[in-house]
Amino acid sequence: MNPRFRRRTGLAAALASPLAFSACARERAQHQSHYSQAEIDEAMRTPTEIDFWTWVPGIEKEVALFEEAYPAVKVDIVNAGQGAAHYTKLRTALRARNGAPDVAQLEYQMIPSFAITEDLLDLRPFGAADLADAYVEFAWSQVTGTDGQIWAIPQDTGPMGMLYRDDIFEAHGIGVPATWDEFADAAGRLREADPEVYLTNLAPGQGAFFAAMLWQAGADPFAGTSGGDLRVDLAGEAATRVARYWGDLAEQGLVSVDADFNDQWYQALNKGKYATWIAPAWAPTFLESAAASTSGKWRCAPLPQWDAGSEPVSSNWGGSTSAVMSTTANPVAAAVFAQFINSDRESTETMAFEQFLYPPAKAVLEDPAFAGQELEFYGGQQVNGLFAEIGATVAPDFQWAPFQDQVYADFTETVGTAFTERTDAVAAMEAWQAAVEEYAEYQGFTVNRS
Amino acid sequence: MTATAEAPRAAARRPEGTRRRALAGYLFVAPFMIVFAAMFAVPLIYAAYFSLFREQLVGGNVFVGLDNYARAFTDPAVWEGLGRVGAFFLLQVPAMLVVALALALALDTGLTRLSRFARLGVFVPYAVPGVIATLMWGFMYGPQFGPFAQLAEKIGVGVPDFLGADLMLGSLANIVFWEFTGYNMVILYAALRAVPGELYEAAAVDGAGQWRTAWSIKIPALRSALVVCMVFSIIGSFQLFNEPNLMQPLAPTVIDSSYTPNLYAYHLAFTGQEYNYAAAVSFVLGLIILVGSYAFMLATNRRSRS
Repeated sequence: MNPRFRRRTGLAAALASPLAFSACARERAQHQSHYSQAEIDEAMRTPTEIDFWTWVPGIEKEVALFEEAYPAVKVDIVNAGQGAAHYTKLRTALRARNGAPDVAQLEYQMIPSFAITEDLLDLRPFGAADLADAYVEFAWSQVTGTDGQIWAIPQDTGPMGMLYRDDIFEAHGIGVPATWDEFADAAGRLREADPEVYLTNLAPGQGAFFAAMLWQAGADPFAGTSGGDLRVDLAGEAATRVARYWGDLAEQGLVSVDADFNDQWYQALNKGKYATWIAPAWAPTFLESAAASTSGKWRCAPLPQWDAGSEPVSSNWGGSTSAVMSTTANPVAAAVFAQFINSDRESTETMAFEQFLYPPAKAVLEDPAFAGQELEFYGGQQVNGLFAEIGATVAPDFQWAPFQDQVYADFTETVGTAFTERTDAVAAMEAWQAAVEEYAEYQGFTVNRS
Repeated sequence: MTATAEAPRAAARRPEGTRRRALAGYLFVAPFMIVFAAMFAVPLIYAAYFSLFREQLVGGNVFVGLDNYARAFTDPAVWEGLGRVGAFFLLQVPAMLVVALALALALDTGLTRLSRFARLGVFVPYAVPGVIATLMWGFMYGPQFGPFAQLAEKIGVGVPDFLGADLMLGSLANIVFWEFTGYNMVILYAALRAVPGELYEAAAVDGAGQWRTAWSIKIPALRSALVVCMVFSIIGSFQLFNEPNLMQPLAPTVIDSSYTPNLYAYHLAFTGQEYNYAAAVSFVLGLIILVGSYAFMLATNRRSRS
């Protein structure tokens, strides 16, 4: 053979090999489109080991319940970090096609980001559709793909409400604001009454909070996105309204703009710098430990509304699901596990009462033992019951971007920065839109604005 | 008979011995070379190769040649980041090296009482892991509940916003200064200990005092050690990552995702999933550091020769 020719083909083969790699990366293990009950039973009797990545402390209890019900299946729990740290490792393992778990915790907003890379297993063949009615509507719609796939099973949720300092409100004669207009008015009055206290803090790096605000206002910026077609509209009427409202409050210095979930913020909560925290259903438990010194001073109320007259609307911030990775070698065991821990009565109750995860399961939400729990930290208020009522008002439709972490990063650099620097937040929404469009085009999406 | 038989045997033994000795040499080097190849050379080559592709979320993977490099060289985020670490270098390194030099000279005079204690004290910050140091300083910088802010409030003066856009680079420089002054001092001090005693004796005979000795003997003797410190500092400054990454949660809108080139590469890979482009940006940064360090060494070499 001509050596020169050989060298060339060798080079071509070498250059082509990542293409080959990525071809295998996309080619997941082929799974069946339907499993009969007999097949599922058979698989669950076969000794199997599955890996479960989660950052929920104490999840061992729910896992033990599963292992009791299915003694042949052993579950290994791995805590790979929380949030971004977890997703980074998960993505790396999935890309490396080595070391990825069978089941992983995924927050709702990350589902489309892992679906677009074909890393999630559709759970319909395993009878997941039967569970639809067991969960509140908005939670189920969040785990449902654009073509009806069931990408994950809801674990917990975070309907948005408002935690407020009853003592501060009382001292300054401020009533609990029911609308955003009243809220802005209260913000002004509180600033005048006590320059040390802000009505609330608007964290400029917290895209998840801002997304919840958009959701409540009826903006659905990524609605209509499907596969490689990205629809994004961050400058529509509802979104502009939200940006103008918070931008004005920040610009006038009526709310503080401190970064959240860091030491300064915890201290500020303890020392009474913020009179409210616009926060989801998982926040009450979180606050009990983060601001322990303020016990008894807090109360909960529904989220302020845009329109005083119409039916109340809320949204969701946070909460997680259990998703099965498409790389799994044990699809049946993994799918049954994801369904079991989030639907078995005892398991969901353990999550609600021992891990303090706010449940999406109707059965637990309706349980008087859960809804009627009186929390001392909130002056004996039945906080869970209030959030259950709020949960029923969460708008069911809100679509996440197929690269939500990038969207959040762009938010911080545009709108979040405008909040910090007290510049035009509405103009920053345009910049956010442009950044998302640019990124999406670079990643090969076809971008539509409306 | 015996003599003739002995000679070829001895001749045959020698090359075998050399071979064995050579083999032993390779064996001694092997543990390093294997780890070096597996953990450094291979990943580096793979990353270089990887940077020639572009894998999209939609549309798969294609060979794009040097496109990623063309993009990196025209990407304002890369250049802003480089400008920022360049400013950081000018802000931080001269001050750090001057102080490290002064401390090393002071220790070397032997006049300082408790010189062992002082040496240890200055060096201890280097022994504190960078992560801990940054968290600690981050706490101290706190604009409202940090100790500086509390103190300023007690006295009744305004406190500078250490974590604001204007002062952030200075705040980061201060952390790095605190961490690495002791380290550089130890390098310089060790070099001073190696200066032959006769030089000092000669200086004393000539009537030179402490200042004169420091200026005319010690500092020239430190030349090559200073060059080493400088090269480490160039590399360290341009690769700035830990400190801004850990400070990001305290000021997410000030330290954006392209605050330093390394932070940008990290963000590209792990937030944006632009792994190929992240690899290209890393290589561009590596190249710039290489050129910068080399240019510095060349310049100092030439000056010392002239």
